[in-house]
Amino acid sequence: MASSETAAATGQRARGVAPFLRSQMRNIAPFLTLIFLSAFFALASPSFATIDNLGNILTQVSVTGVIAVGLTFVILCAEIDLSIASIANVTGIAVAYFTLQDSYVNIANIPLPGALAILLSILLCAALGLVNALGLTVIGIPSFIMTLAMMQIAAGISALLVRGQIAYKVPGLISTLGSGAIGGIPWIVIVAAIMLLGGHLVLTYTRFGRYVYMVGGNREAAEYSGLNVKLILGSVMVISAVCSGIGGMLGVAHFGSAQQNEFDTYLLDSIAAVVVGGTSLFGGRGGIGNTIVGLFVLGVLNNGLDHVNIDSFLKILIRGVILLAALIINVYAQRLREKAAE
Amino acid sequence: MQEGRQPILELQGITKSFGGVEALRGVDFALLPGEIHGLVGENGAGKSTLMKIIAGVHAEFSGRFLLDGQEMRFRSARDAHAAGIAMVHQELSVAPDLTVAENVFLGNQPTNRLGLVQWRRMAREAGEQLARFGIDVDPTSRLGDLPIGLQQLIEIARVLFSGARIVILDEPTSALSPPEVERLFATLRRLREEGTAIVFISHFIEDILRVSDTVTVFRNGRKVAETASAATTKGALIEAMIGRGGEALEHSYTDDLVLPRPSDSPAVLKVDQLSLARSLKDVSFEARAGEVLGIYGFMGCGQQELSRILFGKLQPDAGTLAVEGTLKTFASTAAARRAGVALVPESRRAMLFHQEPVYKNISISILDRIASLLLKPAQERDIAKRQVEQLQIRPPVVGLDLGMLSGGNQQKVALAKWLTYPPKLLVLCEPTRGMDVGAKNDVINIVRDLRAKGLAIIVLSTEPETVLSLADRILVLKRGAVVREFKNEPVSKDRLLEAA
Repeated sequence: MASSETAAATGQRARGVAPFLRSQMRNIAPFLTLIFLSAFFALASPSFATIDNLGNILTQVSVTGVIAVGLTFVILCAEIDLSIASIANVTGIAVAYFTLQDSYVNIANIPLPGALAILLSILLCAALGLVNALGLTVIGIPSFIMTLAMMQIAAGISALLVRGQIAYKVPGLISTLGSGAIGGIPWIVIVAAIMLLGGHLVLTYTRFGRYVYMVGGNREAAEYSGLNVKLILGSVMVISAVCSGIGGMLGVAHFGSAQQNEFDTYLLDSIAAVVVGGTSLFGGRGGIGNTIVGLFVLGVLNNGLDHVNIDSFLKILIRGVILLAALIINVYAQRLREKAAE
Repeated sequence: MQEGRQPILELQGITKSFGGVEALRGVDFALLPGEIHGLVGENGAGKSTLMKIIAGVHAEFSGRFLLDGQEMRFRSARDAHAAGIAMVHQELSVAPDLTVAENVFLGNQPTNRLGLVQWRRMAREAGEQLARFGIDVDPTSRLGDLPIGLQQLIEIARVLFSGARIVILDEPTSALSPPEVERLFATLRRLREEGTAIVFISHFIEDILRVSDTVTVFRNGRKVAETASAATTKGALIEAMIGRGGEALEHSYTDDLVLPRPSDSPAVLKVDQLSLARSLKDVSFEARAGEVLGIYGFMGCGQQELSRILFGKLQPDAGTLAVEGTLKTFASTAAARRAGVALVPESRRAMLFHQEPVYKNISISILDRIASLLLKPAQERDIAKRQVEQLQIRPPVVGLDLGMLSGGNQQKVALAKWLTYPPKLLVLCEPTRGMDVGAKNDVINIVRDLRAKGLAIIVLSTEPETVLSLADRILVLKRGAVVREFKNEPVSKDRLLEAA
């Protein structure tokens, strides 16, 4: 984002501070929300603002963070992917399915060497992403419906693989990255950080990243500029599926088991992280930086509500209300931005 | 201005600014009932801003706003509508999937006591209204199936018969054929007799002089002249608009113009028997290097579809297309671009990114030439700076968001996208539509430069002046077929209109 922000800043300088702030509303509002929530929980609970708890929060948002990297690409293109959680689940199950399980696990699986198991699992999620991509670009099914169907398909494959049972073993590499730690820092946090950084670098410094922003900003104009819009849209669907798959494998190792419906809450969490962070649902605005802030807002909220004494059923409602507020800000920020550009 | 009549609408000392830039400065404007009031001025002179204030779109401004002698303020377009003020915007805003009758009654369908729509009554009344306008269509047909010109007339008819006391028409004639313009004018005159006040904005000064009673001229946010239409001339108005001798700039093209001998340079593009559903029938032609081929026709004659096929946005049903002798089927616009074809569509909005800076708009089509994996922003900016200098884009700041440029400058950016690595074939749709005289001239000069560099250029336009000012050879397209080719012979506006 750095370069486009400075560009915007030079463009706005002559027009005063207020219009600039208005056009930057989508970046400022999530940040203020994060500061407000952190301050609130720090005052409300002595156990919240501790180094240990920061580690907890980071660990808790890691899987969501990995999935949200790919989803950020999709939402920047003004599309949506509802199959992320299901694809995460099926990929996690697949990597366990290809690993030798203990004898008490009643699954007719196919044990393979670890590297091969990981490779096949990645190929599986990439293939599912490719089906999403083809449905969206070649057949022309809106992504909302296409990925809704894929959500069922991936859940179906998961069900067939485990048949109601639970698998526990995953390849050593996945196990280390998902549940190990180095120098006190969990590997899963490091992986999430690297993927977020990678996503940011791709979006900001590569030609492909620019294309993603331009397709999201004005798809028709991108086509009239001679971009291969379908290729770009297809690519982001595959990227999203692969990120989800990696998140799924790490998640399975992190939870210590692979089973059906394990990732159901991650659909809403990932979408919330991207949108709360301020990436525009209309495409073309936002980025990984926004997603990171969104992840922290969600992480602080989920974790903080555990620290204050609150009805655990009320938590769900509070999360819903916060998400709605973020959506309102998101749409409102877009309108302000359009006004500033008028 | 006629004496003795109370103005229905009076504006005094209107000032309006956008982010520190004054769009209107102390403008007085009065509108009488039963008057057709023409507005002229270059792009950005303030006409549209003033009309949007009247129509309630801009609620914040300083100055006095009097309706029927009462001072008031509209907070929204709804308020203005309720007060009997209606506006037809330049862009078509119809619902193509609804029927003609539904479009005519959009938002106020006749209902019975139960609140159910009275379909038969609606169709009958819509038919009657349109018949008063001289439009004979089946009110139950789908609007999107009609030619664009007819759709535009229906939209205008809807607003004219909505019972509004003040009607604002922004460039209503740009998509209409001459007989349709006549029908519109006849209706406007009839409404004038009934006491409706009409504001008529147009770049076609002849139209303004023919239909309006009074003309007001805007320049740089100020009202610079207001005269009776009968007492002025086109030359005088143009001079007031641009503040310098206008005759030399605005060629009228009523006299014969002799086209040059056709060039014998190689054909860059060869189109053979191209057909597309109901839009194009067996269209064949060649475009040669160093030549500007003009394609003229009324709105809906198939120009738009033809340009989309050339750029790979639409696939033809039949026929072939060859670039430099090689047959091509473009599966995407990217394929067309790689083959050396470039398109500037008629709508700037369709090819520019308003929320992105100018340099990103210019570099987007050539990124693969300057960056393989990683972007090179410094180089992008340098290229953009060169183009901005060459095309004299104002303001010359490549980091500025595109949306902050004026329409004419945006059009230059649209051209600049293709000029760093010039294509073999450049297809321009309506390259000067809606532009002021100065910007038009700039574009004409740019196109001539490109021709001199050996590009093959195709200019498609529904404005005879545009084609006449640019083309070396002219094809006339009528209902999807090429009906006439002008080459190496005299041609004029009259001859073109006659052929179409």
